[in-house]
Amino acid sequence: MRSLLLFLVLLSNPSGDSDLEHRVMTLSQQFRCLVCQNETIADSHADLAADLRQQIREQMIAGRTDAEITTFLSDRYGDFVLYRPRVSPRTYALWFGPFAMLAAGLFALYLFLKSRLWTLNRRTLSADENRKADAILQFSSNPNVAVYRDQFAEIESDFRIGVIVQEEYERDRVDLKRRLLEEEISKQAPKTPERLLNNSRG
Amino acid sequence: MKFAVPLVLFAALAGLLAAGLRRDPHLVPSPLIDKPAPAFHLARLDEPSRAFSPQELLGKVWLLNTWASWCVSCRQEHPLLMALSKAEVVPIYGLNYKDNRADALEWLSQMGNPYVLNVQDINGRVGIDYGVYGVPETYLIDKAGVIRYKQIGPLTLESLEKTILPIVGNLNDELAK
Amino acid sequence: MPSPATIGQFALIAALLLASLQATLPILGAARGKSSWIALAKPAGQWQFIAVALAFCCLAYCFVTNDFSVLNVASNSNSQLPLNYRFAATWGSHEGSLLLWTLMLAFWTAAVSIFSRHLPETTIARVLGVMGFISVGFLLFMLTTSNPFTRLIPVPLDGRDLNPLLQDPGMVVHPPMLYMGYVGFSVAFAFAVAALISGRLDAAWAKWSRPWTLVAWTFLTCGIAMGSYWSYYVQGWGGWWFWDPVENASFMPWLVGTALIHSLAVTEKRGAFKSWTVLLAIAAFSLSLIGTFLVRSGVLTSVHAFATDPRRGLFILGFLGIVIGGSLVLYAWRAKQVGLGSPFDVVSRESFLLSNNVLLAVAAASVLLGTMYPLVIDALDLGKLSVGPPYFNTVFVAVMAPAMFLLGIGPIARWKKASIPELARRLRWAFAASVIAAIVIPFYVEWKPLVSLGLLLAIWITATMVLSLSDKLKTVNLKSLPRGYYGMQVAHLGVAVVIVGIAVVTGYESEKDLRMEPGDSVSVGSYDFQFKGLDLVSGPNYEAIRAEMNVFHNGAIIVRMHPEKRIYNVSGNALTNAAIDTSVFRDLYVALGEPAGENDGWSFRIQYKPFVDWIWAGAFLMAIGGVLALTDKRYVTPANKKIRIPEAA
Repeated sequence: MRSLLLFLVLLSNPSGDSDLEHRVMTLSQQFRCLVCQNETIADSHADLAADLRQQIREQMIAGRTDAEITTFLSDRYGDFVLYRPRVSPRTYALWFGPFAMLAAGLFALYLFLKSRLWTLNRRTLSADENRKADAILQFSSNPNVAVYRDQFAEIESDFRIGVIVQEEYERDRVDLKRRLLEEEISKQAPKTPERLLNNSRG
Repeated sequence: MKFAVPLVLFAALAGLLAAGLRRDPHLVPSPLIDKPAPAFHLARLDEPSRAFSPQELLGKVWLLNTWASWCVSCRQEHPLLMALSKAEVVPIYGLNYKDNRADALEWLSQMGNPYVLNVQDINGRVGIDYGVYGVPETYLIDKAGVIRYKQIGPLTLESLEKTILPIVGNLNDELAK
Repeated sequence: MPSPATIGQFALIAALLLASLQATLPILGAARGKSSWIALAKPAGQWQFIAVALAFCCLAYCFVTNDFSVLNVASNSNSQLPLNYRFAATWGSHEGSLLLWTLMLAFWTAAVSIFSRHLPETTIARVLGVMGFISVGFLLFMLTTSNPFTRLIPVPLDGRDLNPLLQDPGMVVHPPMLYMGYVGFSVAFAFAVAALISGRLDAAWAKWSRPWTLVAWTFLTCGIAMGSYWSYYVQGWGGWWFWDPVENASFMPWLVGTALIHSLAVTEKRGAFKSWTVLLAIAAFSLSLIGTFLVRSGVLTSVHAFATDPRRGLFILGFLGIVIGGSLVLYAWRAKQVGLGSPFDVVSRESFLLSNNVLLAVAAASVLLGTMYPLVIDALDLGKLSVGPPYFNTVFVAVMAPAMFLLGIGPIARWKKASIPELARRLRWAFAASVIAAIVIPFYVEWKPLVSLGLLLAIWITATMVLSLSDKLKTVNLKSLPRGYYGMQVAHLGVAVVIVGIAVVTGYESEKDLRMEPGDSVSVGSYDFQFKGLDLVSGPNYEAIRAEMNVFHNGAIIVRMHPEKRIYNVSGNALTNAAIDTSVFRDLYVALGEPAGENDGWSFRIQYKPFVDWIWAGAFLMAIGGVLALTDKRYVTPANKKIRIPEAA
């Protein structure tokens, strides 16, 4: 008798039916089709998927909640059938991991940035250093120095067309020369072919 | 030595992937192990006017084998089932899953019938209750009606010898005491 | 005249020899100062490319000419297959796609050997050497476990046919594009490893890593977008992203690649965060390699996975261990030697860029976590569980939403030192406008929180973009702004467009899944779908049932749609071919399901998908942004030109 009633309900297609269908499909998207290679039972054309959708439909008509239907399926097929993993001790790392990583990452970044602040205001060049930097920029044919030259030219052009102001311009030039010196000096240590060449040209 | 952290993390990941190579991602273990076998009341295949329910087998150790005439792998395990039924170690009951009665009877008469009896699960509902997702699947049920083991896919000689029969032996011994 | 398969086989062996040469002598030469060995790098790389290309052409030729004596051709093709799909079948299998991978790697190798006038020979030697090492791995893998040229005796009369899902224009375009990107990150990787080997990460390294990374990123963006679109129209259920392990395998490198582009900007400008940038470069390509492993080893269940074989999985894993493990060992040893560069304030454009880096890295790590978690739980014997779209959608949106918000602030902030009060002042109107629009607009249809959030982020990004542009235009004229600037804005606009697409389609799509008989009508959204009837049609290698669906809007017919159910002659596989009516503001999507009852009744799935094409349009914009940034004149003008250095102020 009950199944006849159900059959008639399904056949009559009242306007409320589309809400039911929508609910069935939405919930079905949470479950894995076990005979497929990674599809939901909403999307799969497999027989088992159709059977399970029907099962879900009938349970919804009988008034079960989404949570009850979810438990119904996981009781029979295990947690493997759930695309939304349950929050339980074995999935704490999964659900809370990303937020823990985010907090840790941002905190580490903040600490790192703060620790470098002390050098922010100590970056001026002595006249000697300035001369040395200019000389390297002007005469070295090291391809690496060529990159610095290009950057210098960009700073010049940015200032000329007004993208940066005087204060930034001064600061960027000093910055660039300092970086250039640091790099060139650090290269003195180990010996490689270009270094031998550079040394001879100065 | 914070620069070694990525290396350590990668080593852990690689270990995991290596472990994964030995697993089969398609095997879905059953959550019904050590739980009571779901009840059902289905028409018998041989006499549809009569019904059968697992209640009737309390006090016995038995196998419930799901199969269908359209199932190719079922043919693979059939000779084993025949041998098992001849050996009379443990009775085999069949759940004919989403099949047509005529086709099923035809299949049995052609291939041989290892089953004590068969029930028809025409719409697959009982299959869902048992967590069946691909026939053949076989359940070992004990005297208290609790599922003790589930074989996914065709039975193999290895699974019979190494797993199922020993458990049957234990279960039978238990209540003898 | 030997058969093409034999030529191809020998070409692969030759390529292996050349790659071995490329991988060893130049690096040793760079360490010892032997210029003759250093000079071998470029020719070895270029000849290796020619050898691999020859092998590829041979395999393609075998497919196109139906040479079924080659096992790969017999397993994946058929004489009834149309020409373009016979060609695409070259990469339709595990072996063929590996050859495509190797071809792309060889192509990038040749490209690096040609477009590297600005770099010292020793650097090039090391970069090509590292790439050669990777080539050796793949060529060895192919020749030992996955040979595309294995012969089949006796020769079958015909082949098994290409999987119908792959018989599609998407198959012709998506894999090559994806691999260009995926594999392209090997260049950034090689630059990073070469720099670590030499112990120096200098300005030239930072400057020239950028365009190579940008190119790879651009290709990968296109590749992923195409894959998504292809899946949308071929799968039959109207989805465009499923967080399937193979999709994740391409998305993770993309996320890290995006972080890398932004990190390189800081490293180039300030010489800062070099060790982080190097790590990102290693990570991006490592994720590409891990992805390659995941798809072929059988470790995870996926729609895309190739036929699995644990033995192959073991080889790739070993290879991963050597390449990634080796580079990380190098990193642990050498990374601390690189300098710190110029400092910048806790609040500055640099720090905003780096915060965005943290967010992108966490997003990538979260996707990795979700993808690998089932494996972790299984390996620990804690059972089997699944991690699917509900998890990924939640976590990804939560992590990326702040990043999208920063996207608006970063380009406005000053380099080196920015002030929060000033930023707040400049941005307050943009913020207010975004909030108001985001809250109000959804009411037009139906208010939903996620739609509102999406709109908030998209409008915020657009508003800040307009703000930045108008600020710049106060002092500069349109033409003198560098292309890199336009590239950035266009790419960011692309992001906004994608967000709008995702928010609207997720919030307002509707579908009906039902049985219809000829004459029946149903309404979805504001459209009426009338099923006229069925037809039988023949294709070049299939028979199909085609339904005619008339679509009405406001009483007038606007389009006739023809979904098909195809049965392919050779394999007998059935495939649903959805009918899609595309338009700027919505797609209409009709797919045939199964026959249902008598009277030609069939089940249909009809969907209304508003703004869905904005997702791919936005991705396309991002790619254009990448191209614009690439063609900035800083990469094009010759190096070493003399510039008059003005006197220090």
